[in-house]
Amino acid sequence: MRVILYIIQKEFLQLFRNKSMLPIIFVMPIIQLLVLVHAATFEMKDIRLFVVDNDQSSTSRLLISKFKGSSFYKIIGYSNSFSEAEDQLLKGNADVVFAIPQNFEKNLNYEGKEKVQLTENAINGTVAGLINVYSMGIINDFNKELIFKKGTNISAENTQKNIDITYSFWYNPELNYKTFMVPGILVLLVTIIGLMLSGMNIVREKEMGTIEQINVTPIKKYQFITGKLFPFWLIALFELAIGLTVGKLLFHIPIIGNVGYVFLTASVYLLVILGIGLFVSTLADTQQQAMFITFFFMMIFILMSGLFTSVESMPDWAQQINRLNPVAYFIKIIRMILLKGSGLFDFIKEFCSLVTLAIAMLSMSVWRYKKVV
Amino acid sequence: MRTVVILFGIPVIQLLLFGYVVTNEIKDAKIAIYDQSKDVVTRVLTQKILSSGYFKLEKDISNYDEITESFKGGKTKLVIVFEPNFARQIEKSGVAHMQIISDASEPNTANILTNYSIAITRDYLKELSPITKSPIQIIPETRMYYNPDLKGVFMFVPGIMALLLMLISAMMTSISITREKELGTMEVLLVSPLKPIQIIIGKVMPYALLSFVNACVIIFIGHFVFEVPVEGSLILLLAESILYIITALSLGILISSVTNSQQVAMLLSLIALMLPSILLSGFIFPIENMPVILQWVCQVMPPKWFIIIIKNIMLKGVGLSYVWKETLVLFMMIVVFILISIKKFNIRLE
Repeated sequence: MRVILYIIQKEFLQLFRNKSMLPIIFVMPIIQLLVLVHAATFEMKDIRLFVVDNDQSSTSRLLISKFKGSSFYKIIGYSNSFSEAEDQLLKGNADVVFAIPQNFEKNLNYEGKEKVQLTENAINGTVAGLINVYSMGIINDFNKELIFKKGTNISAENTQKNIDITYSFWYNPELNYKTFMVPGILVLLVTIIGLMLSGMNIVREKEMGTIEQINVTPIKKYQFITGKLFPFWLIALFELAIGLTVGKLLFHIPIIGNVGYVFLTASVYLLVILGIGLFVSTLADTQQQAMFITFFFMMIFILMSGLFTSVESMPDWAQQINRLNPVAYFIKIIRMILLKGSGLFDFIKEFCSLVTLAIAMLSMSVWRYKKVV
Repeated sequence: MRTVVILFGIPVIQLLLFGYVVTNEIKDAKIAIYDQSKDVVTRVLTQKILSSGYFKLEKDISNYDEITESFKGGKTKLVIVFEPNFARQIEKSGVAHMQIISDASEPNTANILTNYSIAITRDYLKELSPITKSPIQIIPETRMYYNPDLKGVFMFVPGIMALLLMLISAMMTSISITREKELGTMEVLLVSPLKPIQIIIGKVMPYALLSFVNACVIIFIGHFVFEVPVEGSLILLLAESILYIITALSLGILISSVTNSQQVAMLLSLIALMLPSILLSGFIFPIENMPVILQWVCQVMPPKWFIIIIKNIMLKGVGLSYVWKETLVLFMMIVVFILISIKKFNIRLE
């Protein structure tokens, strides 16, 4: 035990005397949290709309004013020619072109229906989908308004058979995207710090040659590894605490569930992450290599974790691979606890998977680490 | 050797991952149904909703408490509640009530799923009473430009190119130069008759080549596996890629000239390059939605400009006349990065 304490002391000393590493470890994550949460948003505002109104009637103007009045849209220009609008799309000045055909009002009044055209820049499919949802909403509302204006006798007939749909958004009634992202980004930051610190630590000793000095001491394998990992484990947990505080104070994310569960999960999760880092450390010969291997795995883990996209819509084989992805488990659990107030019983399966992964990773890296060069 | 394998493995695997796995399309979202009437209408409507491909029945529930339970268990995304005597209500009073409750801890998914289920119900309603046509209706017709099938890869190919070229060029350069510093071999190089500029060019050349080959691999896979078009000129596209690689390399040189240890260089590159390249470049999240201050920060991110350039050339098929501004910005960045590093480098020599 005393040996372990000495190694821990050594690691902490080394860390705190490194003047350039300290700010990176403690300040960067906070700045990142502040920046990333604001950056990672699909909350649409100021969708740039270009209007081509070939009708110039009171109805068409009224419809356009609906778009103007919506907080989602910003009208950037009007024109009579569609090719000019297309050019705006091409130049990237407009996100969507709304075109009203000639005789729009007339056809609407005589034939009862008329088409309008929405042309979107769809390179970002998600954004295009959301723009579509908002635009349809505005046009549907306008339709209802028109029907209402035409007189109640028709609308009475219309309600003969109807299904009244009410909908509600639980856990996040305002559909606040930050509430969704903050827990995920917290996981991301803790992961990066844990993985980078542990991944590069032993390689560094290898590269510097100091590992040989340790190898000739009577320090045992488990003592060395415990002593090495404990400081990083503590730092990462500390960082999580800071992150949660910032999230609560600045972004007002709801913390509905028990924070104790978050830390319980995090402490197991970090064992997995540190285990992976350590394993990489034993594989690589130089810090550069270690860096790239960790980077490689981290990319895959993060992309598949459901941080940005829904895990459920991935193909089956990907979901099977995801069973080995610790990041996916932790993101799922932390969102469940913080946003929905789930208890240990609700995520017991995911938690057990993390425990299994932790045991597997740690034993693999202990097995790989040899006290010979 | 291992490094080379990793460097070529990363883009290929990432592209495949993005192409097949990371989709924004929603399918088979798990839903629960609380059907209090179980009559013809609700059964048919349930069938319609389930056969749409967007939803998959997770379970039938039989009271309100189970809604909370199934949400907390984490799988169910949406619960649909039909009131008792649904069919009879429609026949008698003309209106029946249904409720759609979604788990909005994933706000976008919740929003889209709710909209889908409403649309399906409306369609069904039209079937139910075909006579009731809305007397007046504006029918929106949507056309999706540049990416008619709303494929995710169309956005990810430019993004991955920007990200990987930045990482390989900037990160690898900064690490390999600081490595020489840390191990003391830089001193050896500096006292040799080689000029500093020759040392630097020699050091970055391999990474420049590697990056260029990587760029070609990404375009190749994107085009032939995922059918991402190259509408514009391929030569212009490659020329712009080279320009961007040089930008990234000079940034890498800058990072290595201000740091002395590999670890710091790595963490700096990782935290200051990787996350911003993903999040502050318009790769996944549109820049227009960000707060104004962040939009300004995005302006100094080289990937932002490069992504605009490749999207324009590859997907919109425009020429240099549409992207000259962005190209100029990249040029300016190269000049600034190199000027600063020359200044720093000289100080170190004394």
